[in-house]
Amino acid sequence: MKTSELIDMLSVNVEVVDRGKVWRGMATAVGAGTVLAVGAVLLTLGGRADLKDAEAYFSLAIKLVFTLGVVILALIFLTRLARPGGERREPLGLVAMPFIGVAGLALLSLLSTPRAHWAVMIVGDQWLECLLSIPVIAIVPFALVVWAVRRAAPTHLARAGALAGLVAGSVSATAYALHCVDDSVPFVALWYGGTIALCTVAGAALGPRLLRW
Amino acid sequence: MASNEDELQQLMRAGLDGDAAAHRQLLERLSRHLRAFYGTRLSRIGRSASEAEDLVQEALMAIHTRRHTYDPAEPLTPWVYAIARYKLIDHLRRTRGSLADVPIEAAGEITAREDHADAESGIDLHRLLARLPAKMRNAIQCVKLDGLSVAEAATRCGMSESAIKVSVHRGLRALSAAMAREKAS
Repeated sequence: MKTSELIDMLSVNVEVVDRGKVWRGMATAVGAGTVLAVGAVLLTLGGRADLKDAEAYFSLAIKLVFTLGVVILALIFLTRLARPGGERREPLGLVAMPFIGVAGLALLSLLSTPRAHWAVMIVGDQWLECLLSIPVIAIVPFALVVWAVRRAAPTHLARAGALAGLVAGSVSATAYALHCVDDSVPFVALWYGGTIALCTVAGAALGPRLLRW
Repeated sequence: MASNEDELQQLMRAGLDGDAAAHRQLLERLSRHLRAFYGTRLSRIGRSASEAEDLVQEALMAIHTRRHTYDPAEPLTPWVYAIARYKLIDHLRRTRGSLADVPIEAAGEITAREDHADAESGIDLHRLLARLPAKMRNAIQCVKLDGLSVAEAATRCGMSESAIKVSVHRGLRALSAAMAREKAS
């Protein structure tokens, strides 16, 4: 085929392009992923039963600020990075900010408590459930985000995959927070932060395979 | 160079708004840049001009089917270069070539030179078209090859206008993917 023939074909009946497509696709994927993750947590694990006192609300709020902070930051970066050439200029270090923040708070909270309580604060009651639930719940949001990212034609697949994993992991952690009663900040920093990081690594590994276009 | 970017960006914007003449001009100008880019890149590792033309067409197809990913607030050249580079790396991987060093920062290279030859690629459009599902094939045949309007195509194929549009869009994306896959076999 001659290139001029291809150009002829492509410039007949040129459609008007919807410019909000990338953003809308991403928002739809994350929105649907969040609804499904929250639904899965409430149906299988159940919401927190102790949401009567102010303290429980406060603990929940801290977790949500952390996880939603990660969701929003990661989503902003992902929307830019998902497009061709998006990897050129993104200062990705910024997405580590919420993790550094929560780690700092965890350290302060440990330093202000006697050493004898440290083990309980760090390990909590349900560390294993947390460790397993967040990655498992992240699978469906991850699939949805991957679908949206592919349509945006990323050109750095490992990085786009990592951010997709980060978004999915933090969406999942947000949903899991509605169930989890381990409220110490060191627990959140280690197990929430750790499992979200795990999802990010998994996303980076899967990206080159899943995101090719 | 700067005016080149400005002109290309204007053509792209007009094309996004449905201006067919501007879109054609954009694709023609980009095809010359792409030909020069791939020509140098591939001849350096001893590949043929027809192989370079395969890539020109693949990149044009990708640029056309992924137009919605261009952010008009950003310069166009890096966007085009990122697609051209992605297709080159993908091509080298599929054809088992060594992964050449193609740095992401070298966006200026894409519009640095032009090559006007109307070369022929080894891609057989009609053979690829024949493998698409009937709906997509018919929609592309009517709208893109016979030049019917969407309304006329809808009547001829017995489909709704929105189904025609969707089929053309999906069909072009499928063609774009098929062009890349073809070489691996």
